[in-house]
Amino acid sequence: MLAIDVKGLTKSYGSIEALKSVSFSVEEGEIFGLIGPDGAGKTSLMRILTTLLYPTKGSASVFGFDVVHDYKEIRKICGYMPGKFSLYQDLTVEENLDFYASVFNTTIKENYFLIKDIYSQIEPFKKRLAGKLSGGMKQKLALSCALIHKPKILFLDEPTTGVDAVSRKEFWDMLMKLKAQGITIVVSTPYMDEVKMCDRVVLMMKGNILDIDKPTTIEGKYQHKLFSVVSDNLYMLIKDIRKCNIAISVFPFGDNVHVSVKEEDGIAEKLMSLLKEKKHNNISIKQITPCIEDCFMDLMSEYHD
Amino acid sequence: MTDEYIIEVDNLTKKFGSFVANDNLTFKVRKGEILGFLGANGAGKTTAMKILCGISAPTSGKVLVAGYDAVKYPEKIKQSIGYMSQKFSLYEDLTVYENFRLYGGIYGLKRKVIRERTEELLNKLGMYEHRNKIIASLPLGWKQKLAFSVAVLHQPKVVFLDEPTGGVDPITRRQFWEMIYQTSEEGRTVFVTTHYMDEAEYCDNVSIMVDGKIEAFGKPEDLKKEYKAENMNDVFIKLARHTQSQP
Repeated sequence: MLAIDVKGLTKSYGSIEALKSVSFSVEEGEIFGLIGPDGAGKTSLMRILTTLLYPTKGSASVFGFDVVHDYKEIRKICGYMPGKFSLYQDLTVEENLDFYASVFNTTIKENYFLIKDIYSQIEPFKKRLAGKLSGGMKQKLALSCALIHKPKILFLDEPTTGVDAVSRKEFWDMLMKLKAQGITIVVSTPYMDEVKMCDRVVLMMKGNILDIDKPTTIEGKYQHKLFSVVSDNLYMLIKDIRKCNIAISVFPFGDNVHVSVKEEDGIAEKLMSLLKEKKHNNISIKQITPCIEDCFMDLMSEYHD
Repeated sequence: MTDEYIIEVDNLTKKFGSFVANDNLTFKVRKGEILGFLGANGAGKTTAMKILCGISAPTSGKVLVAGYDAVKYPEKIKQSIGYMSQKFSLYEDLTVYENFRLYGGIYGLKRKVIRERTEELLNKLGMYEHRNKIIASLPLGWKQKLAFSVAVLHQPKVVFLDEPTGGVDPITRRQFWEMIYQTSEEGRTVFVTTHYMDEAEYCDNVSIMVDGKIEAFGKPEDLKKEYKAENMNDVFIKLARHTQSQP
Protein backbone atom coordinates (compact mmCIF):
# COMPACT_ATOMS: atom_id res chain seq x y z
CA MET A 1 0.00 0.00 0.00
CA LEU A 2 1.17 3.53 -0.73
CA ALA A 3 1.77 5.63 2.34
CA ILE A 4 0.97 8.81 0.44
CA ASP A 5 -0.64 9.40 -2.93
CA VAL A 6 -0.89 12.97 -4.20
CA LYS A 7 -2.51 13.86 -7.51
CA GLY A 8 -2.62 17.31 -9.09
CA LEU A 9 -2.56 19.04 -5.74
CA THR A 10 -2.90 22.83 -5.83
CA LYS A 11 -3.06 25.25 -2.93
CA SER A 12 -3.82 28.91 -3.42
CA TYR A 13 -3.86 31.74 -0.91
CA GLY A 14 -5.73 34.48 -2.74
CA SER A 15 -3.75 35.11 -5.91
CA ILE A 16 -0.66 33.29 -4.65
CA GLU A 17 -0.27 29.66 -5.70
CA ALA A 18 1.79 27.96 -3.00
CA LEU A 19 1.49 24.55 -4.68
CA LYS A 20 1.09 24.22 -8.43
CA SER A 21 -0.57 20.92 -9.32
CA VAL A 22 1.95 18.57 -7.73
CA SER A 23 1.75 14.79 -7.97
CA PHE A 24 3.87 12.13 -6.27
CA SER A 25 3.63 9.05 -4.08
CA VAL A 26 5.49 7.76 -1.03
CA GLU A 27 6.08 4.08 -0.29
CA GLU A 28 5.47 2.62 3.14
CA GLY A 29 8.62 2.62 5.31
CA GLU A 30 10.47 5.28 3.29
CA ILE A 31 12.21 8.38 4.52
CA PHE A 32 10.86 10.85 2.02
CA GLY A 33 12.42 14.33 1.88
CA LEU A 34 10.72 17.57 0.83
CA ILE A 35 13.67 19.69 -0.22
CA GLY A 36 13.57 23.39 -1.01
CA PRO A 37 14.07 26.93 0.25
CA ASP A 38 11.48 29.05 2.10
CA GLY A 39 8.46 29.58 -0.14
CA ALA A 40 8.86 26.26 -1.98
CA GLY A 41 5.50 25.02 -0.66
CA LYS A 42 6.85 22.43 1.79
CA THR A 43 4.74 23.53 4.76
CA SER A 44 1.53 23.90 2.74
CA LEU A 45 2.00 20.38 1.43
CA MET A 46 2.63 19.00 4.89
CA ARG A 47 -0.36 20.78 6.39
CA ILE A 48 -2.64 19.39 3.68
CA LEU A 49 -1.33 15.86 4.27
CA THR A 50 -1.83 16.20 8.04
CA THR A 51 -5.43 17.41 7.38
CA LEU A 52 -4.82 20.88 8.80
CA LEU A 53 -5.44 22.66 5.49
CA TYR A 54 -7.84 21.99 2.62
CA PRO A 55 -6.38 21.64 -0.84
CA THR A 56 -7.69 24.12 -3.43
CA LYS A 57 -7.66 21.50 -6.20
CA GLY A 58 -6.55 17.92 -6.65
CA SER A 59 -6.52 15.01 -4.23
CA ALA A 60 -4.27 13.46 -1.60
CA SER A 61 -4.51 10.34 0.51
CA VAL A 62 -2.53 8.95 3.44
CA PHE A 63 -2.58 5.14 3.76
CA GLY A 64 -5.64 5.12 1.54
CA PHE A 65 -7.53 7.72 3.56
CA ASP A 66 -8.61 10.88 1.78
CA VAL A 67 -7.27 14.07 3.41
CA VAL A 68 -10.65 15.82 3.17
CA HIS A 69 -13.20 13.08 3.86
CA ASP A 70 -11.28 10.73 6.14
CA TYR A 71 -9.42 13.32 8.16
CA LYS A 72 -10.31 11.64 11.46
CA GLU A 73 -8.69 8.37 10.37
CA ILE A 74 -5.53 10.16 9.21
CA ARG A 75 -5.18 12.00 12.50
CA LYS A 76 -5.13 8.67 14.34
CA ILE A 77 -2.21 7.32 12.33
CA CYS A 78 -0.01 10.35 11.79
CA GLY A 79 2.43 12.15 14.04
CA TYR A 80 3.26 15.76 13.23
CA MET A 81 6.06 18.01 14.37
CA PRO A 82 5.47 21.54 13.09
CA GLY A 83 8.33 23.89 12.24
CA LYS A 84 7.47 26.17 15.15
CA PHE A 85 7.68 24.69 18.67
CA SER A 86 4.02 24.09 19.49
CA LEU A 87 3.95 22.24 22.80
CA TYR A 88 2.57 23.75 25.99
CA GLN A 89 5.34 25.95 27.37
CA ASP A 90 3.67 26.18 30.79
CA LEU A 91 3.41 22.41 31.25
CA THR A 92 6.36 20.29 32.30
CA VAL A 93 8.14 17.88 30.01
CA GLU A 94 6.29 14.93 31.50
CA GLU A 95 2.90 16.70 31.53
CA ASN A 96 3.20 17.47 27.82
CA LEU A 97 3.99 13.88 26.96
CA ASP A 98 1.27 12.56 29.24
CA PHE A 99 -1.26 14.94 27.68
CA TYR A 100 -0.49 13.85 24.12
CA ALA A 101 -0.65 10.19 25.14
CA SER A 102 -4.06 10.66 26.79
CA VAL A 103 -5.48 12.55 23.79
CA PHE A 104 -4.81 9.41 21.74
CA ASN A 105 -6.17 7.07 24.42
CA THR A 106 -2.82 5.60 25.25
CA THR A 107 -0.23 5.89 28.01
CA ILE A 108 3.47 6.76 28.12
CA LYS A 109 4.12 3.27 29.44
CA GLU A 110 2.42 1.50 26.56
CA ASN A 111 4.58 3.04 23.83
CA TYR A 112 7.66 3.85 25.86
CA PHE A 113 9.76 1.43 23.78
CA LEU A 114 9.30 3.66 20.74
CA ILE A 115 10.52 6.89 22.35
CA LYS A 116 12.99 5.40 24.82
CA ASP A 117 16.18 6.42 22.95
CA ILE A 118 14.98 9.98 22.49
CA TYR A 119 12.98 10.58 25.68
CA SER A 120 15.58 9.08 28.01
CA GLN A 121 17.86 12.01 27.10
CA ILE A 122 15.38 14.54 28.49
CA GLU A 123 13.85 12.37 31.20
CA PRO A 124 16.25 13.71 33.87
CA PHE A 125 14.50 17.08 33.30
CA LYS A 126 10.93 15.79 33.21
CA LYS A 127 9.77 18.18 35.95
CA ARG A 128 11.06 21.20 34.03
CA LEU A 129 8.63 23.48 32.15
CA ALA A 130 8.82 22.89 28.40
CA GLY A 131 9.33 26.63 27.84
CA LYS A 132 12.55 26.50 29.88
CA LEU A 133 14.25 23.85 27.72
CA SER A 134 17.08 24.54 25.27
CA GLY A 135 16.40 24.26 21.54
CA GLY A 136 17.81 20.76 21.25
CA MET A 137 15.79 19.48 24.19
CA LYS A 138 12.56 21.07 22.92
CA GLN A 139 13.11 19.28 19.66
CA LYS A 140 13.52 15.92 21.41
CA LEU A 141 10.36 16.50 23.46
CA ALA A 142 8.39 17.50 20.36
CA LEU A 143 9.52 14.35 18.59
CA SER A 144 8.60 12.21 21.61
CA CYS A 145 5.10 13.78 21.69
CA ALA A 146 4.66 13.18 17.95
CA LEU A 147 5.53 9.51 18.46
CA ILE A 148 3.69 8.66 21.67
CA HIS A 149 0.58 7.26 19.92
CA LYS A 150 2.74 5.00 17.74
CA PRO A 151 1.92 6.60 14.40
CA LYS A 152 2.34 4.76 11.10
CA ILE A 153 3.64 7.92 9.49
CA LEU A 154 5.58 10.86 10.85
CA PHE A 155 5.56 14.37 9.37
CA LEU A 156 8.49 16.58 10.39
CA ASP A 157 8.45 20.18 9.16
CA GLU A 158 12.01 21.55 9.04
CA PRO A 159 13.13 19.88 12.27
CA THR A 160 16.75 20.95 11.74
CA THR A 161 16.38 24.58 10.65
CA GLY A 162 18.56 26.86 12.77
CA VAL A 163 20.06 23.80 14.45
CA ASP A 164 23.85 23.42 14.56
CA ALA A 165 25.73 20.79 12.54
CA VAL A 166 26.30 18.45 15.50
CA SER A 167 22.65 18.41 16.65
CA ARG A 168 21.53 17.95 13.06
CA LYS A 169 23.63 14.82 12.77
CA GLU A 170 22.19 13.48 16.04
CA PHE A 171 18.66 14.17 14.88
CA TRP A 172 19.19 12.18 11.69
CA ASP A 173 20.61 9.29 13.71
CA MET A 174 17.30 9.25 15.62
CA LEU A 175 15.29 9.26 12.38
CA MET A 176 17.25 6.26 11.08
CA LYS A 177 16.30 4.31 14.19
CA LEU A 178 12.62 5.19 13.73
CA LYS A 179 12.77 4.09 10.12
CA ALA A 180 14.13 0.74 11.33
CA GLN A 181 10.93 0.40 13.41
CA GLY A 182 8.94 0.59 10.17
CA ILE A 183 7.62 4.14 10.53
CA THR A 184 7.22 6.08 7.29
CA ILE A 185 8.84 9.49 7.61
CA VAL A 186 8.15 12.64 5.59
CA VAL A 187 10.68 15.32 6.45
CA SER A 188 11.28 18.77 4.98
CA THR A 189 14.59 20.61 5.02
CA PRO A 190 16.39 23.52 3.36
CA TYR A 191 19.76 21.78 3.96
CA MET A 192 21.01 20.03 0.82
CA ASP A 193 23.45 17.84 2.76
CA GLU A 194 20.51 16.08 4.43
CA VAL A 195 19.20 14.86 1.07
CA LYS A 196 21.52 11.86 1.01
CA MET A 197 19.93 10.59 4.25
CA CYS A 198 16.55 10.23 2.50
CA ASP A 199 15.45 7.20 0.46
CA ARG A 200 13.76 9.46 -2.05
CA VAL A 201 13.29 13.20 -2.27
CA VAL A 202 11.16 15.73 -4.05
CA LEU A 203 13.05 18.89 -4.99
CA MET A 204 10.72 21.89 -4.77
CA MET A 205 10.89 25.55 -5.74
CA LYS A 206 8.05 28.11 -5.67
CA GLY A 207 5.29 25.50 -5.57
CA ASN A 208 6.78 23.46 -8.43
CA ILE A 209 8.35 20.04 -8.37
CA LEU A 210 11.79 20.06 -10.02
CA ASP A 211 12.38 16.33 -9.69
CA ILE A 212 11.38 13.31 -7.59
CA ASP A 213 13.77 10.39 -7.23
CA LYS A 214 16.48 8.67 -5.24
CA PRO A 215 19.26 11.18 -4.47
CA THR A 216 21.85 9.17 -6.42
CA THR A 217 19.52 8.91 -9.42
CA ILE A 218 19.00 12.68 -9.45
CA GLU A 219 22.77 13.17 -9.35
CA GLY A 220 23.12 10.79 -12.30
CA LYS A 221 20.78 12.87 -14.43
CA TYR A 222 23.02 15.97 -14.34
CA GLN A 223 23.41 17.23 -17.90
CA HIS A 224 26.73 19.08 -17.92
CA LYS A 225 30.40 18.45 -17.28
CA LEU A 226 31.41 19.71 -13.86
CA PHE A 227 34.83 20.91 -12.69
CA SER A 228 36.18 21.78 -9.29
CA VAL A 229 38.58 24.72 -9.57
CA VAL A 230 40.94 26.06 -6.92
CA SER A 231 43.40 28.96 -6.79
CA ASP A 232 44.81 31.30 -4.15
CA ASN A 233 42.02 33.86 -4.42
CA LEU A 234 38.53 32.40 -4.48
CA TYR A 235 36.66 35.65 -5.12
CA MET A 236 38.90 36.71 -8.02
CA LEU A 237 38.69 33.15 -9.34
CA ILE A 238 34.89 33.34 -9.54
CA LYS A 239 35.01 36.72 -11.26
CA ASP A 240 37.71 35.66 -13.75
CA ILE A 241 36.03 32.38 -14.72
CA ARG A 242 32.79 34.29 -15.37
CA LYS A 243 34.69 36.72 -17.60
CA CYS A 244 35.98 33.78 -19.67
CA ASN A 245 32.42 33.14 -20.90
CA ILE A 246 32.87 29.40 -21.20
CA ALA A 247 30.82 28.32 -18.20
CA ILE A 248 27.10 27.66 -17.80
CA SER A 249 27.42 28.38 -14.11
CA VAL A 250 30.14 29.34 -11.63
CA PHE A 251 29.43 28.82 -7.93
CA PRO A 252 31.59 28.84 -4.81
CA PHE A 253 31.45 25.50 -3.03
CA GLY A 254 33.30 25.55 0.26
CA ASP A 255 37.01 25.91 -0.48
CA ASN A 256 36.66 25.46 -4.25
CA VAL A 257 34.58 26.71 -7.19
CA HIS A 258 32.22 24.48 -9.18
CA VAL A 259 32.20 25.30 -12.86
CA SER A 260 29.69 23.63 -15.15
CA VAL A 261 30.30 23.57 -18.90
CA LYS A 262 28.74 22.02 -21.98
CA GLU A 263 30.18 18.67 -23.09
CA GLU A 264 33.25 19.75 -24.98
CA ASP A 265 36.81 18.43 -25.11
CA GLY A 266 39.80 20.42 -23.97
CA ILE A 267 37.83 22.79 -21.78
CA ALA A 268 40.00 22.17 -18.71
CA GLU A 269 43.17 23.07 -20.64
CA LYS A 270 41.50 26.18 -22.03
CA LEU A 271 40.42 27.26 -18.55
CA MET A 272 43.89 26.58 -17.14
CA SER A 273 45.62 28.81 -19.67
CA LEU A 274 43.05 31.57 -19.18
CA LEU A 275 43.55 31.52 -15.41
CA LYS A 276 47.33 31.56 -15.77
CA GLU A 277 46.95 34.60 -18.00
CA LYS A 278 44.98 36.26 -15.19
CA LYS A 279 47.90 35.56 -12.83
CA HIS A 280 46.24 33.02 -10.54
CA ASN A 281 48.58 30.88 -8.43
CA ASN A 282 48.30 27.23 -7.33
CA ILE A 283 45.57 26.50 -9.85
CA SER A 284 43.98 23.08 -9.80
CA ILE A 285 41.20 21.94 -12.13
CA LYS A 286 39.62 18.52 -11.89
CA GLN A 287 36.45 16.99 -13.22
CA ILE A 288 34.05 15.89 -10.47
CA THR A 289 30.72 14.12 -10.18
CA PRO A 290 27.92 16.51 -9.20
CA CYS A 291 26.35 16.48 -5.74
CA ILE A 292 22.66 17.11 -5.09
CA GLU A 293 23.22 20.82 -4.52
CA ASP A 294 24.75 21.16 -8.00
CA CYS A 295 21.68 19.41 -9.39
CA PHE A 296 19.25 21.55 -7.42
CA MET A 297 20.88 24.77 -8.58
CA ASP A 298 20.84 23.58 -12.19
CA LEU A 299 17.18 22.55 -12.00
CA MET A 300 16.05 25.69 -10.18
CA SER A 301 17.79 28.18 -12.47
CA GLU A 302 14.65 28.76 -14.54
CA TYR A 303 12.65 29.63 -11.41
CA HIS A 304 15.26 31.92 -9.87
CA ASP A 305 14.61 35.65 -9.56
CA MET B 1 45.28 42.63 4.47
CA THR B 2 46.35 45.48 6.75
CA ASP B 3 47.26 45.16 10.40
CA GLU B 4 44.65 47.70 11.38
CA TYR B 5 42.26 46.06 13.83
CA ILE B 6 38.58 46.95 13.89
CA ILE B 7 37.61 44.58 16.70
CA GLU B 8 39.85 43.89 19.70
CA VAL B 9 38.53 41.64 22.43
CA ASP B 10 40.65 40.99 25.51
CA ASN B 11 39.56 38.54 28.25
CA LEU B 12 35.87 39.19 27.68
CA THR B 13 33.69 37.44 30.26
CA LYS B 14 29.91 37.67 30.55
CA LYS B 15 27.99 36.05 33.40
CA PHE B 16 24.28 35.70 33.98
CA GLY B 17 24.12 34.91 37.70
CA SER B 18 26.39 31.91 38.13
CA PHE B 19 26.16 30.95 34.45
CA VAL B 20 29.22 31.90 32.40
CA ALA B 21 27.99 32.61 28.88
CA ASN B 22 31.30 34.02 27.60
CA ASP B 23 34.41 32.70 29.28
CA ASN B 24 37.55 34.77 28.77
CA LEU B 25 37.30 35.46 25.05
CA THR B 26 40.34 37.03 23.39
CA PHE B 27 40.57 37.72 19.66
CA LYS B 28 41.17 40.41 17.06
CA VAL B 29 39.58 41.13 13.69
CA ARG B 30 41.30 43.16 10.98
CA LYS B 31 39.94 45.86 8.71
CA GLY B 32 38.29 44.21 5.71
CA GLU B 33 38.39 40.75 7.26
CA ILE B 34 35.53 38.26 7.02
CA LEU B 35 35.22 36.50 10.37
CA GLY B 36 32.99 33.43 10.61
CA PHE B 37 31.67 33.19 14.16
CA LEU B 38 30.58 29.60 14.68
CA GLY B 39 29.35 27.50 17.56
CA ALA B 40 26.65 25.07 18.60
CA ASN B 41 23.26 26.39 19.74
CA GLY B 42 23.75 27.80 23.23
CA ALA B 43 27.56 28.12 22.92
CA GLY B 44 27.44 31.86 23.63
CA LYS B 45 27.62 33.40 20.14
CA THR B 46 24.62 35.68 20.52
CA THR B 47 25.79 36.95 23.92
CA ALA B 48 29.21 37.87 22.48
CA MET B 49 27.67 39.48 19.44
CA LYS B 50 25.37 41.65 21.57
CA ILE B 51 28.36 42.92 23.53
CA LEU B 52 30.29 43.71 20.34
CA CYS B 53 27.27 45.63 19.04
CA GLY B 54 27.13 47.76 22.19
CA ILE B 55 23.72 46.54 23.39
CA SER B 56 24.97 44.47 26.31
CA ALA B 57 27.86 45.20 28.69
CA PRO B 58 30.56 42.67 29.50
CA THR B 59 30.95 41.50 33.12
CA SER B 60 34.71 41.95 32.76
CA GLY B 61 37.35 42.34 30.07
CA LYS B 62 38.09 44.90 27.40
CA VAL B 63 36.22 45.25 24.13
CA LEU B 64 37.13 47.75 21.41
CA VAL B 65 34.97 48.04 18.29
CA ALA B 66 35.89 50.58 15.61
CA GLY B 67 38.17 52.19 18.18
CA TYR B 68 35.49 52.62 20.86
CA ASP B 69 35.35 50.94 24.26
CA ALA B 70 32.16 48.87 24.57
CA VAL B 71 31.64 49.83 28.23
CA LYS B 72 32.25 53.57 27.91
CA TYR B 73 30.99 54.35 24.43
CA PRO B 74 28.32 51.84 23.36
CA GLU B 75 26.43 54.58 21.47
CA LYS B 76 29.51 55.39 19.41
CA ILE B 77 29.83 51.71 18.55
CA LYS B 78 26.21 51.55 17.39
CA GLN B 79 26.88 54.42 14.98
CA SER B 80 29.94 52.68 13.54
CA ILE B 81 28.43 49.28 12.85
CA GLY B 82 25.76 47.74 10.63
CA TYR B 83 23.57 44.83 11.73
CA MET B 84 21.37 42.36 9.94
CA SER B 85 19.62 39.27 11.23
CA GLN B 86 17.64 36.60 9.49
CA LYS B 87 14.64 37.11 11.76
CA PHE B 88 14.01 40.79 11.45
CA SER B 89 15.57 43.26 9.15
CA LEU B 90 13.14 45.25 7.02
CA TYR B 91 9.69 46.71 7.61
CA GLU B 92 7.37 44.52 5.56
CA ASP B 93 4.69 47.19 5.13
CA LEU B 94 7.05 49.87 3.86
CA THR B 95 8.41 50.11 0.33
CA VAL B 96 12.01 49.33 -0.55
CA TYR B 97 12.86 53.01 -0.75
CA GLU B 98 11.03 53.87 2.50
CA ASN B 99 13.11 51.29 4.34
CA PHE B 100 16.33 52.84 3.05
CA ARG B 101 15.09 56.32 3.99
CA LEU B 102 14.08 55.18 7.47
CA TYR B 103 17.39 53.50 8.26
CA GLY B 104 19.38 56.31 6.65
CA GLY B 105 17.46 58.79 8.81
CA ILE B 106 18.12 56.79 11.97
CA TYR B 107 21.84 56.91 11.22
CA GLY B 108 21.64 60.66 10.62
CA LEU B 109 22.34 60.72 6.90
CA LYS B 110 21.21 63.72 4.88
CA ARG B 111 18.33 63.17 2.44
CA LYS B 112 20.54 63.82 -0.54
CA VAL B 113 23.11 61.27 0.66
CA ILE B 114 20.37 58.71 1.31
CA ARG B 115 18.99 59.24 -2.18
CA GLU B 116 22.39 58.89 -3.86
CA ARG B 117 23.52 55.83 -1.93
CA THR B 118 20.16 54.08 -2.20
CA GLU B 119 20.24 54.59 -5.96
CA GLU B 120 23.78 53.23 -6.11
CA LEU B 121 23.03 50.17 -3.92
CA LEU B 122 19.76 49.35 -5.72
CA ASN B 123 21.43 49.65 -9.12
CA LYS B 124 24.12 47.24 -7.98
CA LEU B 125 21.37 44.73 -7.11
CA GLY B 126 19.48 45.45 -10.32
CA MET B 127 16.44 46.39 -8.24
CA TYR B 128 16.18 50.11 -8.84
CA GLU B 129 12.93 49.79 -10.79
CA HIS B 130 11.42 47.94 -7.83
CA ARG B 131 12.15 50.72 -5.34
CA ASN B 132 8.48 51.57 -4.80
CA LYS B 133 7.34 48.01 -4.12
CA ILE B 134 6.19 46.94 -0.67
CA ILE B 135 8.74 44.65 1.00
CA ALA B 136 6.07 42.03 1.80
CA SER B 137 5.51 41.49 -1.94
CA LEU B 138 9.15 40.55 -2.67
CA PRO B 139 10.72 37.08 -2.72
CA LEU B 140 12.78 36.10 0.34
CA GLY B 141 16.07 36.11 -1.59
CA TRP B 142 15.55 39.74 -2.60
CA LYS B 143 14.66 40.75 0.94
CA GLN B 144 17.88 39.26 2.28
CA LYS B 145 19.97 41.13 -0.27
CA LEU B 146 18.09 44.37 0.42
CA ALA B 147 18.49 43.91 4.17
CA PHE B 148 22.23 43.61 3.66
CA SER B 149 22.32 46.79 1.57
CA VAL B 150 20.37 48.64 4.24
CA ALA B 151 22.86 47.42 6.86
CA VAL B 152 25.77 49.01 4.96
CA LEU B 153 23.91 52.17 3.87
CA HIS B 154 25.69 54.36 6.44
CA GLN B 155 29.05 52.85 5.40
CA PRO B 156 29.89 51.25 8.75
CA LYS B 157 33.39 50.02 9.52
CA VAL B 158 32.05 46.65 10.50
CA VAL B 159 28.83 44.83 9.65
CA PHE B 160 27.37 42.05 11.82
CA LEU B 161 25.34 39.37 10.02
CA ASP B 162 23.41 36.92 12.21
CA GLU B 163 22.54 33.80 10.19
CA PRO B 164 21.86 35.89 7.09
CA THR B 165 21.38 32.92 4.76
CA GLY B 166 18.96 30.77 6.78
CA GLY B 167 16.19 29.29 4.63
CA VAL B 168 17.25 30.91 1.35
CA ASP B 169 17.82 28.87 -1.80
CA PRO B 170 21.34 27.69 -2.70
CA ILE B 171 21.83 30.17 -5.55
CA THR B 172 20.75 33.18 -3.48
CA ARG B 173 22.96 31.95 -0.65
CA ARG B 174 25.97 32.12 -2.97
CA GLN B 175 24.98 35.49 -4.42
CA PHE B 176 24.76 36.73 -0.86
CA TRP B 177 28.32 35.63 -0.20
CA GLU B 178 29.49 37.53 -3.25
CA MET B 179 27.99 40.64 -1.67
CA ILE B 180 29.97 39.85 1.48
CA TYR B 181 33.19 39.53 -0.55
CA GLN B 182 32.48 42.85 -2.25
CA THR B 183 31.94 44.57 1.09
CA SER B 184 35.16 43.13 2.40
CA GLU B 185 37.01 44.40 -0.67
CA GLU B 186 35.69 47.89 0.09
CA GLY B 187 37.56 47.61 3.39
CA ARG B 188 34.61 46.80 5.64
CA THR B 189 34.94 44.10 8.27
CA VAL B 190 32.27 41.40 8.14
CA PHE B 191 31.33 39.43 11.26
CA VAL B 192 29.02 36.59 10.29
CA THR B 193 27.33 33.60 11.97
CA THR B 194 26.03 30.61 10.03
CA HIS B 195 25.01 26.97 10.39
CA TYR B 196 26.10 26.20 6.82
CA MET B 197 29.59 24.80 7.20
CA ASP B 198 30.51 25.29 3.53
CA GLU B 199 30.12 29.02 4.22
CA ALA B 200 32.74 28.78 6.95
CA GLU B 201 35.22 28.02 4.17
CA TYR B 202 34.56 31.42 2.58
CA CYS B 203 35.79 33.29 5.68
CA ASP B 204 39.31 34.71 6.19
CA ASN B 205 39.23 33.53 9.80
CA VAL B 206 36.85 31.31 11.72
CA SER B 207 36.13 31.26 15.45
CA ILE B 208 34.48 28.17 16.93
CA MET B 209 32.84 28.59 20.34
CA VAL B 210 32.15 25.63 22.61
CA ASP B 211 30.46 26.09 26.00
CA GLY B 212 31.28 29.80 26.25
CA LYS B 213 34.93 29.49 25.21
CA ILE B 214 36.66 29.99 21.88
CA GLU B 215 38.02 26.50 21.24
CA ALA B 216 39.50 27.22 17.83
CA PHE B 217 40.41 30.35 15.90
CA GLY B 218 42.21 30.63 12.59
CA LYS B 219 42.12 30.32 8.82
CA PRO B 220 39.87 27.51 7.55
CA GLU B 221 42.80 25.77 5.81
CA ASP B 222 44.89 25.87 9.00
CA LEU B 223 42.04 24.53 11.14
CA LYS B 224 41.44 21.70 8.67
CA LYS B 225 45.13 20.75 8.92
CA GLU B 226 45.20 21.05 12.70
CA TYR B 227 42.14 18.82 13.17
CA LYS B 228 43.04 16.49 10.31
CA ALA B 229 39.65 17.17 8.76
CA GLU B 230 38.58 17.23 5.14
CA ASN B 231 36.22 20.15 5.53
CA MET B 232 34.96 22.64 8.11
CA ASN B 233 31.95 20.46 8.90
CA ASP B 234 34.31 17.77 10.21
CA VAL B 235 36.30 20.35 12.20
CA PHE B 236 33.07 21.62 13.75
CA ILE B 237 31.77 18.17 14.62
CA LYS B 238 35.09 17.15 16.19
CA LEU B 239 35.09 20.23 18.41
CA ALA B 240 31.43 20.51 19.34
CA ARG B 241 30.55 16.83 19.71
CA HIS B 242 31.08 16.51 23.45
CA THR B 243 28.96 19.41 24.52
CA GLN B 244 25.43 18.27 23.84
CA SER B 245 24.66 16.97 27.33
CA GLN B 246 23.25 20.19 28.79
CA PRO B 247 19.47 20.64 28.96
